[in-house]
Amino acid sequence: MSKHISSLAPSVVVDTAAARVAVSQMIGRISLRARTNENGGDLAAVGKAIGVALPTQIGGRAKADGIEVACLGPDEWTLLVSLEQIEKVEDALAALYPSLPHSMTEVTGREVTLTIEGPQAAELLSIGAPRDISSIKVGQARRMLFDGATVVLWRDSETSFRMDVWNSFASFLATTLETGAKELAAELA
Amino acid sequence: MIQIHCPYCGETLPELEFAYAGEAHIDRPESPSAQTDEEWAEFLFMRQNVKGPHFERWRHVHGCGRFFNAVRNTITDRFYTTYKAGEPRPDLATLLEEDNK
Repeated sequence: MSKHISSLAPSVVVDTAAARVAVSQMIGRISLRARTNENGGDLAAVGKAIGVALPTQIGGRAKADGIEVACLGPDEWTLLVSLEQIEKVEDALAALYPSLPHSMTEVTGREVTLTIEGPQAAELLSIGAPRDISSIKVGQARRMLFDGATVVLWRDSETSFRMDVWNSFASFLATTLETGAKELAAELA
Repeated sequence: MIQIHCPYCGETLPELEFAYAGEAHIDRPESPSAQTDEEWAEFLFMRQNVKGPHFERWRHVHGCGRFFNAVRNTITDRFYTTYKAGEPRPDLATLLEEDNK
């Protein structure tokens, strides 16, 4: 497994009346690219192998025990897998390779997840995102732009989000969110 | 800000998520070694530089990552349509007529 060298340590970045931003515990991550091929290779086989069917709509998500999948593009998925299970999932995908050639890369050390929750979480995200946050429905996920960096945003409820960011942007984005959360809280006061 | 419709995501999103990627419908010659230098230079460098409706490629770089094609007016920046890569070039006259309605 790739080592994380410069990741932010799990901690609370900021906690205000408007929103709370925290760095999550490390979790296994896999980037998967695959598509149905002419030789009978089928995406359904991936679902069987990893224990959860791949969502095919961009932004769609699926979840099973210890594994969560989001569809980022027509042939691209990101998998969040518990650290205990990641090797098993990798082996299951590797076994599929002869019938369904695909690209599977373990990127655990590449990203860190920030959780953003609170009554003004969506408003906080709007300070850095050009797209309308309300267009991301609860239970969906999107890859999008946030303050100049590409992130994957998971919407878990109306007021709670997870944001997967690359390590090199993490401290910068955390600072943006911290400033924003404080300003929103100051407006409330 | 310009709003661009991504034919893969099915959403209309801000321009900032996208990157321009040059003129569309330019086919790479099947056997480059059979090309003369002039023909190869024509393929590599020569573009139409259209003033008005232009067929061009875009990439949803901070999103689904896909390249797609668009018809944009280079004077007004109006997007007449976007369509998936590999689909045939839409008829320009029809597009403009629909846009005038």
